[in-house]
Amino acid sequence: MVLKVMSSNQAIAEAVKLVKPKVIPVYPITPQTTISEYLAKYVADGDIKAEYIRVESEHSAISACLGASGTGVRVFTATSSQGLALMHEIIFAAAGLRAPIVMADANRALSAPLSIWNDQQDSISERDSGWMQIYAENGQEALDSVLMSYKVSENKEVLLPTMVCIDGFILTHTVDPVDVPEQEEIDKFLPDYNPEHAYLDPERPMSIGTFTDPDYYMEARHDMEVAMEKAKTVISDVSQEFAETFGRKYEFIEKYRSEDADTILIAMGSICSTIKDVIDELREGGEKVGLVRVRVFRPFPVEEIYEAIKGASHVGVIDKNFSFSIGGVLHNNIKSMMDVNAAGFIVGLGGRDIKPSHIKEIVEKTKNPSNKPLWIGLKEEQ
Amino acid sequence: MVAIGAAVKEPGSTRKNKTGSWRTFKPILDKETCIECENCVMFCPEGCIDKNYDIDYDYCKGCGICAEECPVKAIKMERE
Amino acid sequence: MELPEKEFLAPGHRACAGCGATIGVRLALKVLGENTVAVSATGCLEVITTPYPETAWEIPWMHVAFENAAAVASGVESALKAQGKTDTTVVVFGGDGGTADIGLQALSGAMERGHNLIYICYDNEAYMNTGIQRSGSTPYGASTTTSPHGKESFGEDKPKKNMPMIMAAHGVPYVATASISYPEDFMKKVKKAAEVDGPAYIHLQQPCTTGWGYSPAKTIELGRLAVETGSWILYEIEEGEFKVTYRPIQRKMVSEYLNAQKRFKHLSDIEKEKIQSHVDAICVELKI
Repeated sequence: MVLKVMSSNQAIAEAVKLVKPKVIPVYPITPQTTISEYLAKYVADGDIKAEYIRVESEHSAISACLGASGTGVRVFTATSSQGLALMHEIIFAAAGLRAPIVMADANRALSAPLSIWNDQQDSISERDSGWMQIYAENGQEALDSVLMSYKVSENKEVLLPTMVCIDGFILTHTVDPVDVPEQEEIDKFLPDYNPEHAYLDPERPMSIGTFTDPDYYMEARHDMEVAMEKAKTVISDVSQEFAETFGRKYEFIEKYRSEDADTILIAMGSICSTIKDVIDELREGGEKVGLVRVRVFRPFPVEEIYEAIKGASHVGVIDKNFSFSIGGVLHNNIKSMMDVNAAGFIVGLGGRDIKPSHIKEIVEKTKNPSNKPLWIGLKEEQ
Repeated sequence: MVAIGAAVKEPGSTRKNKTGSWRTFKPILDKETCIECENCVMFCPEGCIDKNYDIDYDYCKGCGICAEECPVKAIKMERE
Repeated sequence: MELPEKEFLAPGHRACAGCGATIGVRLALKVLGENTVAVSATGCLEVITTPYPETAWEIPWMHVAFENAAAVASGVESALKAQGKTDTTVVVFGGDGGTADIGLQALSGAMERGHNLIYICYDNEAYMNTGIQRSGSTPYGASTTTSPHGKESFGEDKPKKNMPMIMAAHGVPYVATASISYPEDFMKKVKKAAEVDGPAYIHLQQPCTTGWGYSPAKTIELGRLAVETGSWILYEIEEGEFKVTYRPIQRKMVSEYLNAQKRFKHLSDIEKEKIQSHVDAICVELKI
């Protein structure tokens, strides 16, 4: 195993190289841009044999992905924030048309005000689309998640697209040691894509993207919910297979020192690395505190989260996003799906730095919970 | 039940929907007068006039374009 | 021209009686043949041909949204190329709305990138599918539901957006205008478009009985009047060289065309004269 030091953006590009997509329509946007640049270079050097479409907007990027996926080939694209928001209409269409597209989202705050810095509002706001969502903590996980997501999305019981989310700048522009698997191993793990359901071929003409009247639409949508449920089993199976070949095991959640914890924090993405450091420090001081990191956000792993937190006296959920009037989305999803009295915290919007001191503040406030979501790190009015 | 993604795998399946029920007037083609210019074949929006100048009344909506465009008035629109 | 026999658009679709769009599509597909994939924008054509669980299309077909047909087709074309199916034709059918207005960006990008596809805009001069609202292609003086004539207005007060010229300015190797009423001219142009290695654009005027206000039997007659009065000019631009492909023997007065349609009925003589002089100016320039 040779470890290379690279950014999460490069790690994702390496993963894309390994899955051998045939069409890559991509539009640059900070902080995803270097993904599109690495991929362009790989294609230009013949390291990826694909049609690289220099589309003129993100809306066209996802549209071209859908056209190519509908024709029956593996595709990839990447975006962020405004680009993802521009894709919104087609994001829903892609899931509805059951296209196994895999896309990387470099989490970035949504305008207005305009910000290029990190928070998770962009992908969180697409949670109803029917896309599976994975939040990676580091470059290795980003790479591995892209590899596994193709296998899950292309599974004929699933056929739903996946977005792999990495925190903008925090992961996209910092480096990690990453193990890039061998091509032959990936070829065994992820064979060529052979579409079975809808694809454009003059030998077998079919119409994709028909219009449904009230007699049909609801069943089509329910079928997607059933597929999202099935996806849980497929995600587990694929993770197991991945672990057996590559030695790294991923679950729906990651438990960090939470088994005997009195106070448990729940969060997604790179912030968990900071939280783990603070937990280690607090544990030194005798505090029984732990972390449950949610990795797979959709399908939402209700049972797994509940099992991990039900023994704790205090639970605090950290969101890098919020929904007006009700607080953080992860917080609300947890409260609504399980019988748990969890405190909610909103942090890090628009790239606001989250320091270990903020995490400690959150641990304290979790032990004395407020019934309203608290904004941590907000500047006080002078 | 609905096919996955609401894809339709049977090409030309609109043939199950007999739009002939839409019409009020019916085109009657007189093969004696017909000079086989193919105007009606080209211009029928349903494509329901074949190369033998037989009209498929299952689908004819009675729009009257064929009668209008026939250079020798071989097609007459008759009230059904 | 020998008319191929096979129909690639099955009957039973929900088009209005006398619809011009389906005539255009039938003729285009007869030329392109069965090794063709079609992409549609949202609009009349898409809705009438694919009410789940039926489809009128005998060839592979895909629709995603209103403004992205050209982008979806770019993906289809690239995928076919990657699959080695370089002899499969990709044809895109977009209405004037999905082409000149909301679809303009995707079309511009696709044409600029030079994808090997044929884009056919079936132009019925308004958003007909949603009930006759004005588009950038609605001609001067036409009454639509969003540019209705009234006490303070005579209807649409802007000329048609010149899509073919915009396409020519993109350097598209083959650009043409066409009419369903001149089928041989149209089909010849479709054939030329298919032979281009790269993008081709055909702007097909298609009279609409429901939207323009005339009896369904007159669809072809209306298209003919448009061309014979010089209101719609048939030309092609091959590698930048402009050529008129049809000249009426005796150009008719524009009022003959305008008077045949309800959407122009409200126009005063002064407005009709204005339209006549505008048409005269262009036709004199082109020797029509």
